[in-house]
Amino acid sequence: MSFMPYVPPEQRIKDLSDFAHKGIARGKSVVGLEYTDGVLFIAENPSATLHKISEIYDRIAFAGVGKYSEFEDLRISGVRHADLRGYSYGRDDVRARDLANAYSQALSTIFTQQLKPYEVEILVGEVGEEDGNEIYHVLFDGTVTDEHGHVAIGGHAEELSNAVREAYQPGWDLATAVRQAVGALSTAEGREIEPEQVEAGVLDRTRQQRRKFRRLGDQEVATILAG
Amino acid sequence: MTEGPLFPPEPSGGPIGANPSFVDLVRRSRPETLPTATGITHDVASPHGTTVVALKFATGVVFGGDRRATEGFTIADEKMEKVFAADDLSVIAIAGAAGQAIEIVKLFQLELEHYEKITGDRLSLEGKANRLAQMIRGNLPMAIQGLVVVPLFGGFDERRDEGRIFYYDATGGRWEEDDYHSTGSGGRPARSSLKKRWRPGLDRSEALEVAVEALVDASQEDAATGGPDPTRGIFPTVVVVTAEGAESVGEDELRGAYERVVGGGS
Repeated sequence: MSFMPYVPPEQRIKDLSDFAHKGIARGKSVVGLEYTDGVLFIAENPSATLHKISEIYDRIAFAGVGKYSEFEDLRISGVRHADLRGYSYGRDDVRARDLANAYSQALSTIFTQQLKPYEVEILVGEVGEEDGNEIYHVLFDGTVTDEHGHVAIGGHAEELSNAVREAYQPGWDLATAVRQAVGALSTAEGREIEPEQVEAGVLDRTRQQRRKFRRLGDQEVATILAG
Repeated sequence: MTEGPLFPPEPSGGPIGANPSFVDLVRRSRPETLPTATGITHDVASPHGTTVVALKFATGVVFGGDRRATEGFTIADEKMEKVFAADDLSVIAIAGAAGQAIEIVKLFQLELEHYEKITGDRLSLEGKANRLAQMIRGNLPMAIQGLVVVPLFGGFDERRDEGRIFYYDATGGRWEEDDYHSTGSGGRPARSSLKKRWRPGLDRSEALEVAVEALVDASQEDAATGGPDPTRGIFPTVVVVTAEGAESVGEDELRGAYERVVGGGS
């Protein structure tokens, strides 16, 4: 019979955190911003089809950084959770706070009970009917915070956060928010980011449709950045 | 009540890939919310939706339905909707047991939306039509007990760049229709009307008139089909699908079409 050597819990948690941090630091970043009509998520993403930013429900969107397979897993679980909620109760009963809590519980369980923690950080955004957007930031260990105005996650989260904080002003329109966010991404990465490298999605409360999420195409982003 | 399959994330239905079906998800995690036939007999009165029509026109398809629901010999509802946009580019119209049918429509709409969100792609029109056939087949035990649901389905096929129409029987049999179709209790008189009035390449307003006329004819032949009632503002539900999307036709336009139909001495 073999014995595991004793590892103090502080040390174990620290090792797991370091491991997750390293994984996330290797990846790209995402910015979340509130603008006049809703919430904008923007990321540098060389792939046009493997998304970091996606729709969860009518007013809720998701953004993930870190290991693709892991945040994709969380995204799919989120869509299932939301669709089941909406089917069992009503479409208005699907809320970002509830989803963020579920994510937090799941990540916390995975962090302490599985062989390795998920190397991910995620954002859950919800656009309010009049105003009052919500953005939740969930870490790999289940820590959840609600953010106001702007938030940055991923590889260069700190530099990016600083760059966005310096520029951010409430009441930006979409074009300004996109330009500023791409500017901040470029500053944080220390190089120019081309429009076709930008992935952007918005929750736009002015949309007529029930589903408020919309992706900005390469063409639209290029036009905005050129303008 | 069991909470969803959400957390911790479960392996998603197979060794490879996430299962994009919402119906499978509900069956797995909340089976009690699905429609069942348990305990329902012929004695349980339930409203029935009646006549729906579908036809192609130059740039897409028009689907229409009367507004009446019957329960035996009584009229259960004069304002029931039987035609629904299934998603941006497709439409479903139902005849048969109303409660059951509405539930199938709701599940079908969610099925399409769920698929789109999980995979990031819209199903092809063919794929949607097949999925609906499977769902109708799943309703077979209930159909045997009298809760028959027979939909018409159609929409704009982006890959073929044309409108298409499918019709179904209670067992989930699925056929594609080239020109027009109708189903429900007034389906036969409606089809006779369509047969005379329909021709290839109708424009949008002509197609609306043909649909409204077919429903008016059906209401005159069939007791269970409600005719338009301009004084009370009851007009058929009509949904038009073209490459631009599914659009529910407004009351003013329907009133206009109705007036042209009856004013035209038909």
